[in-house]
Amino acid sequence: MKNMISMATDRTFAQFLKQCSMPNDGTLLPEAMDYLQALHDRGSAQLHEQSFPTTRDEEWRFTDLKPLQDATFAPSAKLKLSAAEIRALMLPETHESFMVFVNGQLDCAEISNPPAGLLLSNLGLTFVSGMLLNAPELPIHNYLAKQLGADERFTALNTAGFKDVAIVWVGENTIVDMPIHLLFVAIPGQTPTWSQPRCLIVAEAGSQLTVIEDYITVGDGVHFTNAVTEIWMAENAEVNHTRVQQESQMAFHIGKTAVSQARNSRYTCNTVSTGAKLSRHNLEIHQAEEQTETTLNGLTLIGDEQLADTHSTIAFTKAHGSSRQLHKCIVDDRARAVFNGKVLVPKAAQLTDAGQLSRTLLLSSKARVDTKPQLEIVADNVKCSHGATVSQLDAEEVFYLQSRGLDQTTAQKLLTYAFAAEVINQIPVVSLRDRLAQQVRMQTQD
Amino acid sequence: MINATGEVVLLVQNLTAEVDGTPILKGLNLEVKAGEIHAIMGPNGSGKSTFSKVLAGHPDYTITGGAVIFQGQNLLEMEPQERARSGIFLAFQYPLEIPGVSNIDFLRVAYNSKRKHAGLEELDAFDFDDLVRQKLDVVKMNPDFLSRGVNEGFSGGEKKRNEILQMALLEPKLAILDETDSGLDIDALKIVSGGVNQLATAKNATILITHYQRLLDYIEPDFVHVMEGGRIITTGPKELALELESRGYLWVREEEEERVKVQG
Repeated sequence: MKNMISMATDRTFAQFLKQCSMPNDGTLLPEAMDYLQALHDRGSAQLHEQSFPTTRDEEWRFTDLKPLQDATFAPSAKLKLSAAEIRALMLPETHESFMVFVNGQLDCAEISNPPAGLLLSNLGLTFVSGMLLNAPELPIHNYLAKQLGADERFTALNTAGFKDVAIVWVGENTIVDMPIHLLFVAIPGQTPTWSQPRCLIVAEAGSQLTVIEDYITVGDGVHFTNAVTEIWMAENAEVNHTRVQQESQMAFHIGKTAVSQARNSRYTCNTVSTGAKLSRHNLEIHQAEEQTETTLNGLTLIGDEQLADTHSTIAFTKAHGSSRQLHKCIVDDRARAVFNGKVLVPKAAQLTDAGQLSRTLLLSSKARVDTKPQLEIVADNVKCSHGATVSQLDAEEVFYLQSRGLDQTTAQKLLTYAFAAEVINQIPVVSLRDRLAQQVRMQTQD
Repeated sequence: MINATGEVVLLVQNLTAEVDGTPILKGLNLEVKAGEIHAIMGPNGSGKSTFSKVLAGHPDYTITGGAVIFQGQNLLEMEPQERARSGIFLAFQYPLEIPGVSNIDFLRVAYNSKRKHAGLEELDAFDFDDLVRQKLDVVKMNPDFLSRGVNEGFSGGEKKRNEILQMALLEPKLAILDETDSGLDIDALKIVSGGVNQLATAKNATILITHYQRLLDYIEPDFVHVMEGGRIITTGPKELALELESRGYLWVREEEEERVKVQG
């Protein structure tokens, strides 16, 4: 492995790679260790000769990673939260169906009366690791790090050094009634630290799952989270995925969500990003077969000097696919939002029905958004729409509320909240929806 | 009901107003007493809607002269929300849609801002729910509309009914209905005007702004005013509306010109 970090590897990536090490759980079977070592080596090799992104890269044009490059990070420690801390972070609907990872490694998990066919696990649970890696019925190696785009720089970096994996496996025709909460907590140290959460979700044919992927920071300090989530959906599976990123304003957060959808599957992703000083979410949907549905609802709510970048790709490949995407940004102070929405419709993807709408509310004269639809359509019999609006609060709407007795500030806050609510209201877990609604109200109060 | 000795709710004297430097109101006079219903008619562009927005305090209009006294207070010095809390209600010609805010939350915030202003305790969600359900009947509104976004996906008629529902809750001293009848089919018109009639009492007053005599078949005005060129040029009993319907506005203008000539 040492040879992989050669002269040709970018200096920053080389620094990170040097700090990558194998899980030191001690409970993993030797076969598991061999498999993981091979995976790490592959990630490391994929980074070979890749440069660190700059604003000269089209994909990173608006997001300058210089501050990340300039900081020196050390691996984050394996830590645990107290039971009281964990209780405070849990949702009523998921207090019996959650996993908590601290700095990328399992802290605790709880699953009561799971339906047969649901597996909630991580690498370290020995019996599970044995099962996952050796049993042919759960071929984890067919899925982990196998999504298209696995060679993307930060994805490869994660593969080269993740310490643990959150695994949600839903068997054929299994309907999981309770939502699953995957909480990824970063606890920074005295000096800057980094961690690499990893998540694998497999929904087998005809299964249904609601999952919350939740990123927060507990404590103060600069940290860098490089997260990767892979979601595999077999025929007719349904996954409702909510991704919440509320890390501290000292955080750097780079996250990847890669989804592969088989025939007749239905995927919904609700993303809410309010945290981190600098964040980037790459959301990549691969519609591998016919008649798949994708719904993406995104909300970015930022202020101060925050930068939040969302790059999404929906790649259609076969006929009768559909997608609905709504991405909303509320930008205050001197913050900056970026949205790039790519939609690929090749020749074979006839009768595609794709709709994209990006709407931004700028609350200050210094706030900024760069929003760009990017539709690449080759098929000739498709329905594809896109739109982008950038606006301030509508004076007529403010007046309407004032004429009903609300003062101007209350009216403005209510309208800002309403703008966000269109996305938040899509979240299927009521307590999370309420919590986020409350936070939006607080955050839009000056 | 005409009430010669009644309390003066609104007194407008020689009001002039402009938008972006273009004069719209050019010396408007009007007195409205408690218990009265006034209809203001007139052709497009005569300034009817501007007048209603000026009364509600729309920020786009600049008052350049005259006075508006509402219950003894200088209305023009008040912010829109103060006017609302003091008892002015404007039913919008085009009510706005606010997706993301449920109708019931909106109604409660509006209702409580008025309660607070009156020094009363605010109603909690449960008590308010009871109250609003009683009021739904005024406009025969389906309770399902309460949980939907404000006017979101409502038909034209539903939006207007929602305006009257707000009016029923806020119990204004002066209700100004800006083209509330426009775009309504006959059933919706009956429901909306039925609501307005239920809410009109001897203590409050109503100004109806409309193009069409049709509305006045359902809400009987005490006075009909004709607006033209930013002023009220003639005032008459409710029969004036019928005459306008059959003869159009032109003859009123000609009579006015004649009158001005004779006076001159």
